Amino acid sequence: MTGIWNAFIDMFDTATIATIVAGAAPLLFAAMGETISEKAGVINLSVDGSMMLAALAGFVAAFETGSVWLGFPAAAAVGMLVALVVAFGSIKLSLNQVAVGFVLFALCTQLSRFLGSSYVGRLPEAVPAWDVPLLESIPFFGRVLFQQNLMVYLSILTVIATYVYMYRTRKGLELQGIGERPEAAHARGIPVNRLRYFYTALGGALIGIGGAAFTLDVKLGWSDRPTLNFGWIVLAIVIFGGWHPIRVAIGVLLFGALQAYALNLIPEFPSLSQVLPSIPFPLMILALVIVNWKALLRWLDRYPWLRAILRSDPPTAIGTRFEVN
Amino acid sequence: MSLELLDIHKHFGPVRANDGITITVETGSLHGLLGENGAGKSTLMKVLSGFHSADSGRIVLDGREIKLASPDDAIEAGIGMLHQDPLVFLPFSVIDNFVLGSPGGWRLDRTQAEDELAELCERYGFNIDPDTPARLLTVGERQQLEILRLLWLGARVLILDEPTTGISADQRAKLFVTLKALAEEGMSVIFVSHKLEEVADLCERVTVMTRGKVVGEAEMPVPPERLVQMMFGQAVEIHGKDPVPLGDSHLRLSDVRMSSGLLSEEPVSLEVAAGEVIGLAGMEGSGQDAFLRICAGMRSPSHGTVHVAGRDLSNKHYREFLASGVKYLPAGRLEEGLIEGLTITEHFVLAGEDRRFFVNWDAARQTAVDQIDHFTIKGTDESTAESLSGGNQQRLLLAMLPPSLKLLLMEHPTRGLDIESADWVWEQLLARREEGTSIVFASADLDELLRYSDRILVFFSGRVFGELDSSQTTVDDIGMLIGGRRIHGAAS
Repeated sequence: MTGIWNAFIDMFDTATIATIVAGAAPLLFAAMGETISEKAGVINLSVDGSMMLAALAGFVAAFETGSVWLGFPAAAAVGMLVALVVAFGSIKLSLNQVAVGFVLFALCTQLSRFLGSSYVGRLPEAVPAWDVPLLESIPFFGRVLFQQNLMVYLSILTVIATYVYMYRTRKGLELQGIGERPEAAHARGIPVNRLRYFYTALGGALIGIGGAAFTLDVKLGWSDRPTLNFGWIVLAIVIFGGWHPIRVAIGVLLFGALQAYALNLIPEFPSLSQVLPSIPFPLMILALVIVNWKALLRWLDRYPWLRAILRSDPPTAIGTRFEVN
Repeated sequence: MSLELLDIHKHFGPVRANDGITITVETGSLHGLLGENGAGKSTLMKVLSGFHSADSGRIVLDGREIKLASPDDAIEAGIGMLHQDPLVFLPFSVIDNFVLGSPGGWRLDRTQAEDELAELCERYGFNIDPDTPARLLTVGERQQLEILRLLWLGARVLILDEPTTGISADQRAKLFVTLKALAEEGMSVIFVSHKLEEVADLCERVTVMTRGKVVGEAEMPVPPERLVQMMFGQAVEIHGKDPVPLGDSHLRLSDVRMSSGLLSEEPVSLEVAAGEVIGLAGMEGSGQDAFLRICAGMRSPSHGTVHVAGRDLSNKHYREFLASGVKYLPAGRLEEGLIEGLTITEHFVLAGEDRRFFVNWDAARQTAVDQIDHFTIKGTDESTAESLSGGNQQRLLLAMLPPSLKLLLMEHPTRGLDIESADWVWEQLLARREEGTSIVFASADLDELLRYSDRILVFFSGRVFGELDSSQTTVDDIGMLIGGRRIHGAAS
């Protein structure tokens, strides 16, 4: 039992925390992308597949050109393309977003295995580490936040930018409006469907960048289905985070911490080495249960500030179509 | 200087919703647009606010023809529309609702907007807290917010579509004062309604529409009979209720508390006799819905007992209530009462007593056709629930009631219905009453409460605030109680 405790204490090690932050970059990008898309009313259920295909595209572009920085735009383009198919299917063809997203997930996953088979085991150039001058020497925070690489910094900036955009700008308020009550947004002269295309595409691009951040940084190189299941966990974290960028980011870090803890436990329970890495997934389900627990929410009604932090109400019009008649 | 709609045509498939409509609204006037449901009023207003584009016709504002391809164009032209269900974003704060969609760059200056909202609030005597989420506002307050927002955006023509549905008497009075003040300031107000008294109270001129056409125009005041004649072609007689001898107790609540988590409630005791009609008054969400659900057995009281026809059904399953002859028709006709996507025939199959494994479709269709005929539902056995108008949905719900009932519970039995349908609904209900059914209904329409109830329970913030004998009560008395003020000398 002391082993479990020691593994827990090890979690508070500066190096471990820095690793969690570094490892969270792909999920942060993808989770912000999905948050933006869902907030505008479009569920991009293809994340798990489009992240994978974009990870391959990013890897191939970087590997073939020899420049890691060309990998990210390629990945963003692929993610955006898949997202636009979801948006087009919903807006123009009146298809069910969930069905289209799910089919695209399967398609992209299999496509990435097929197209990537000859790249398995090859290594591209990695995103170079770059410490932020001055800030790197701050105790603890310097190590955790400022001795990373550009993609990690960008992932954190993306979270902040998403938050500021959504809650502090006029355009961001409109973004929330089209996902909450599109007919009311329409009545106020906001071009609902045009903006849905835009935000779904933007979200898709971020999901793509998240995929490339994995193959070009966190776990360098191509293997069979490298980002397997991360897309699904992103979908769950967005719900856990109540569609709020900061809470979603906390969810991502929590998931990262759970993963790190599970890895720390392996030396204690070698016989469970196959099981432990999958523990974070059921734990995230448990977290979801807690934020949706009716009795808890009723109790929280007495503490409005706490409820504001913990509530997880979806954008009302999520997954629906809006038609101008 | 005025708004002119010239020869507007708009059709949906074979239905001519607007068939050559010409209306002139003078600047600074209160113009009523009267007509029963489905007369084409809403379509016309949606054309005027840019939601629908007309098939043909012209709209001239201040002598200049304007093109309205989207709501954006209408706002630009200074035409603001207040929808029946105010189009606010419920989870967003008041101030976010206020600024959403307003012109301006990226920067969102909530502080300045709050100042401007406060200024408008003061000017029109409203009191809305900018930080409250809109879902906590009453429908009336949401309307006030929308009106202020439209004014702020520079509206010169204000369209109100059935604005008095679902707001309290106090709020209605306030709304009317505001509209009169706005007209004084030069605003052209178009007031769409199917309620004669309101149009008579408020408007200076009225246009009456029937089946997509203008059938009459008049300067107010005009005797209401003439307006009814224009609307329906003949005067409709409103049936009141005849006294019916009261029978045994059909419903008895003893010391019932309805815990809804937040509110502390006083216990309620009530006895309803066979053939008695009880009206529940109060602002939306004051506890009437919880009360009805407890009577229907859909929700257990936290304390106290519920007897139906002498049997103790406290904490018994909803099925037991149904078996004892209790039936509940909720306000959400399409949400809770009917099933979207299913046809009238399928509804009768589900509501019927037949419990065999295979459905006898021929018999079901025959039942549907008979009932459609008997209850004069506008639709066929193949019509889906959502394709029916509000009035016909209510007819279908009444047609599906089992033949003998002890207790009928209803929420807003005539909300959104025109006079003819509303009167028809009450004819059915009063017929039930003569057979000994007790009726408990919640309504926001004070005239309806007074006309049909024997007793009225007034709800205020989650509890029964007063009980009134409707033969000795006036609309004003109920209004006072609804607003939380005690009447001197009244039983409570």
